[in-house]
Amino acid sequence: MTIEARDISFRYGDKAVLKEVSFALTSGRFHALLGPNGAGKSTLFGLLTRLLALQQGDVLLGGRSLRKQPAEAMRKIGVVFQQNALDLDLSVRQNLHYHAALHGLSRKEARARGDRELARFKLLDRADDAVRQLNGGHRRRVEIARALLHQPSLLLLDEPTVGLDVASRRALNEHVRTLCEEDGLTVLWATHLIEEVQEQDKVLILHQGRLLANGTGQVICEEQGAQNLAETFHKLTGAG
Amino acid sequence: MKAIDYWHCFLGIQTREWLRFWQQRTRFASALVRPLLWLVVFAAGFRAVLGISIIPPYQTYITYETYIVPGLCGMIILFNSMQGALSMVYDRELGSMRVLLMSPLPRPFLLITKLLAMGFVSVAQVYVFLLISWLVGVEPPRWGYLAVLPTLILTSLMLGALGLLIATWIKQLENFAGVMNFVIFPMFFMSSALYPLWRMNEASPWLYWICQFNPFTHAVEAIRFSLYLEWNPLAVGITAGVTIVLSLFATAGFRPQRTKILGSKPA
Repeated sequence: MTIEARDISFRYGDKAVLKEVSFALTSGRFHALLGPNGAGKSTLFGLLTRLLALQQGDVLLGGRSLRKQPAEAMRKIGVVFQQNALDLDLSVRQNLHYHAALHGLSRKEARARGDRELARFKLLDRADDAVRQLNGGHRRRVEIARALLHQPSLLLLDEPTVGLDVASRRALNEHVRTLCEEDGLTVLWATHLIEEVQEQDKVLILHQGRLLANGTGQVICEEQGAQNLAETFHKLTGAG
Repeated sequence: MKAIDYWHCFLGIQTREWLRFWQQRTRFASALVRPLLWLVVFAAGFRAVLGISIIPPYQTYITYETYIVPGLCGMIILFNSMQGALSMVYDRELGSMRVLLMSPLPRPFLLITKLLAMGFVSVAQVYVFLLISWLVGVEPPRWGYLAVLPTLILTSLMLGALGLLIATWIKQLENFAGVMNFVIFPMFFMSSALYPLWRMNEASPWLYWICQFNPFTHAVEAIRFSLYLEWNPLAVGITAGVTIVLSLFATAGFRPQRTKILGSKPA
C-alpha cells in the first residue's frame, strides 16, 4: 500500500509548526522520522492520526484521502502513542478487547486475534494479568500488539522507547523491525535518538517544521558528505 | 461501516466502563456518601425549617427527605458527569480517549457512546441511592423506579455533554474545584433540587427566573414526576431538547488539541 503525505503545513495561531512537508513511504519498510525535540514530529503524528485536523495538504493511504475518507484511512493505520494509552488496572486481554471493539470486531474475533498477537509477542501467559504488573518494555509490546489487531498496513510509533532502559529500547526496536520483515508492515518510527536508526533504513529528517532529508541512511550521508548518520543529523540540524 | 460494527463498538465501550467501575468500586461507594449526608443529616435539620405544602406530583404532605430525593439523584449525576468529562480530556481517561479516537467510526458516535457509558454507571449509583432512601422511609410507587430510568439516562447524557463542552472550551475550569464552584454548585442551588420554586419566587422573583432557565431544574422535575408516575411534558421536553442541543455542540465542537489527549503540547 502506498502512503503519501502531500504538502502538509500546520500552524498553531501565528506559529508555523510544519511547512510544506511532503513524503512517500515505501511499503514494507522501516522508516525513521528523526528530529530534535520541537521539530514538529508530534504535530505530524497528530495529523496522521486525525487527532489534529489537517489545515493544508492531505495524506493518502492506498489512494484514500485522510481528509475525504477518514474512516477508510483510519482502518489502515495502527498507532502507538508516546504516552501510555493502556488501562493499567485492566488486564492485557481486556485492553485488547476494548481496542478491537472500537474497530467493530466481535468478542470472538477479538479474542482470537488478540491471543494470536499475544502468542506471537510471547505475552500470552500474561494475558490475564493487570497491565500494572507488566514492566515498561512489556507494556509497550502490548500496545504494539493492540495496534496490530485490526491488521493495519501502516504502523505509527511516536517515540515509543521514551522511559525505557537501554536493553528494552533495543529489544523493542528489533521487535518492530522483525514485524516489518514478517508482515510486510510499513513502519514510521519517530525518535530523536540516532542510535535507534540504522543506515539501511529510510530516514526522514524533520527540523523546525521542514523536511530536510528523505532517503536511505547511506544516501543521505553521502549527500551531506558525512561519515555516519549522527554527523549528518548534526550537520542538518545542529543537534545531536 | 456496517451496523454490526457500531454495535460491537457500543458494547466494547460499555464493557470497559463497567470493568473500570468494578475496579474502582470503593471510589464509587464513597461518592454515595455525599448525597446520603444531604439526605440523612441536612434534610433532618431542615425538616423543621421548611414546610412543604402539597404540590404536584405529591398527593399528600410529604417529608423534606421525600422532597429532596429526586434532587439528590440529579446531584449524583451532576457530580459524576462533570468529573467524568474532566477525566476524559485532562487526566485519568486520556489513554482510553486516545484509543477511542483512533476508531474509524464517526467521532460523534464515539463520544456519545462514551458519555452514555459513563451515564449508565451514574444511573446505577442513583439506584443504589434510591434503595438506601427507601430504607430510610422515602417510598415512591414501585413502578416509579422503572419509569424514572429513561429520565435518568437522559439527564446523564445532558450533563455529560455539558461537562464535555465545558471541559473542551473553558480552559479556566480544568480542575474540579473550578467546576464545582462555577458549574456544579450554581446549577444545584439555583434549581428545584432543594426547595420548591414557589418558595424561591417568594424570596426573590429574579432568582426564581434564573432557576426556571436552569436546565438542571427541569431535569430534576422530570426525575421527580416520573418517579411518582406523573407525566410532566414541559420538564421532559426541555430536558430532551437541551440534551440534543448540548450533545450536538459537544460532539461537533470537540477538538483534541484543546485537551490533553494529544499529549504534551506539540511543538
